[in-house]
Amino acid sequence: MPHNLQDNPPIKHSRFNLVKKRMMKSWQLYVFLIPALTYFIIFHYIPMYGVQIAFKDFYATEGILGSPWVGFEHFTRFFDSYYFWRLLKNTLLINLYQLLLFPLPIIFALMLNELRNGPFKRWSQTLTYAPHFISVVVVVGMLVAFLDPITGLVNHLIVALGGESVPFLTDPDWFRHIYVWSGEWQSLGWGTIIYLAALAGVNPELHEAAKVDGATRFQRIIHINIPSILPTIVVLFILNIGKFMSIGFEKVLLMQNSLNSETSDIIQTFVYQTGLLEGQYSFAAAIGLFDSAINIILLITINQIARKTSENSLW
Amino acid sequence: MSDKAFDKLNTLFVFLIVVVIIYPLIFVISASISDPAAVSTGEMWLWPVDITFEGFKLVFNNDAIWLGYRNTIFYTILGTLIHLIILLPCAYALSRKELMAKKFILWIILFTMLFNGGLIPTYLLIKSLGMVDTIWAIVIPNVVGAWSILVARAFFQQSIPDQLVEASKIDGASDFYIFAKIVLPLSLPIIAVMALFHAVSLWNQYFIALIYLSDQNLYPLQLILREILVVNEIGADGGGEAGLAESLVNQVKTAGLVKYAVIIVSSLPLLIVYPFLQRFFVKGVLIGSVKE
Repeated sequence: MPHNLQDNPPIKHSRFNLVKKRMMKSWQLYVFLIPALTYFIIFHYIPMYGVQIAFKDFYATEGILGSPWVGFEHFTRFFDSYYFWRLLKNTLLINLYQLLLFPLPIIFALMLNELRNGPFKRWSQTLTYAPHFISVVVVVGMLVAFLDPITGLVNHLIVALGGESVPFLTDPDWFRHIYVWSGEWQSLGWGTIIYLAALAGVNPELHEAAKVDGATRFQRIIHINIPSILPTIVVLFILNIGKFMSIGFEKVLLMQNSLNSETSDIIQTFVYQTGLLEGQYSFAAAIGLFDSAINIILLITINQIARKTSENSLW
Repeated sequence: MSDKAFDKLNTLFVFLIVVVIIYPLIFVISASISDPAAVSTGEMWLWPVDITFEGFKLVFNNDAIWLGYRNTIFYTILGTLIHLIILLPCAYALSRKELMAKKFILWIILFTMLFNGGLIPTYLLIKSLGMVDTIWAIVIPNVVGAWSILVARAFFQQSIPDQLVEASKIDGASDFYIFAKIVLPLSLPIIAVMALFHAVSLWNQYFIALIYLSDQNLYPLQLILREILVVNEIGADGGGEAGLAESLVNQVKTAGLVKYAVIIVSSLPLLIVYPFLQRFFVKGVLIGSVKE
């Protein structure tokens, strides 16, 4: 029946059958997805849905849906509060400070890459990876011990050199330095891994050619190695920006005390405090939402810039 | 600068950086077996002074630390198993080209990297599921991340030959069979990498336990450490309880002893193991950085 074959509905129908047939043929693959999708929907998408409490007055007895809408009340209350600018400033400054140290693992990787002594290079790598495996609780515990005004090692040294003991952990002026540099201690070695791999991929012919032209080691690093790993640097930089505003809050929480809160109060510790300790769920959810909104805007902006100015971007 | 001078300077700088990074760890090890008085006066600064194992004795006789240790081991093993059970089948399915709606499913998963509900909505969810004060609150939230799925998927795409799967299918093997008998045995490196990364994060994790657990019998090691190393310390600083009574001085002394011993006891397992598994960790970081 040639007439029938020309009709549209049967073709659509057969395409649907084709899809169905293809799916049925590998139905077990779809079963493989069930645990993960269930997890993501329950533990990621339901909280996204729950974010609406930021625009409501959440009462546990009413549930998320039953609680009354209040619009942007929590947001305006937050923006108008006297601590808003302090929280924003502290959050931005500590993240900017952290971002400033972004080049350090690159420099260290370039240095490791120049080592000609194999065993020394391997030992240097392994030893500097060690702090990465230490928990934040232990790191902060070590800071507390080392920086103690009376018994701490650092203050013993300062006093021995004729200085005066410094109460590092209770002094707001010191908080950011201690936070950021102890983080660098943990991540410097580990951070070199990707760059070292990228450096291993640099075309040796470039180096040979430059040598013939009389370039020194230092010149070759500047003009060959760095440009060769630039794509890796850009991608990691964007990823770093993506973590902006959300960095290391668990460590801040551990390092925080009533005496250094002037600089150690950041948006996320505030969310924890008002939400989980004081039970102001809606208000805290609103602040948390504000935080992630900034995060997304930053990530999209920087990715856009990277895409326009170079060929490397995340998407 | 001549290349020789460059070489020497570079080696020297690397050496100095390594020393700076490793010194605090050496100090902790030495302090854990030194007389606490020598540690707190600054007399001990590199090698142990008046070696004593009192600190370790106190740690090993402390029931809370043992319990925390046991809990942490249990959470780490259970959490890592669940991680693999959820991660591997999903990543494998997403690596197969015959899977339809793959883009859409990937997008559902990747979107969680960009945006999440945040601390409070997640907390309310866990609470309403009745998971507070159960081991599930520790092992289920964050059991798998979008990043891990991408990494494992990239591995399957690169190292499981398509022809192998196709040929098995022609022989009548089901996807379940292919995955269990062919794919998994070929994927031991990625399984090791994923298990190690997740196990390390579970071992070192404290915050989830802090917000979801109030029953001390469920406390993982890190929460107990937090009390010994951070809370008590800062509490003692601010609380003015540093009275001069002899017993208190003794308490402070034992606290000093226990402090370093407990750091060693909790961190040593990972610090001993990682150099041997280093290539897996490095591999994990590298496949993780491969762009799609």
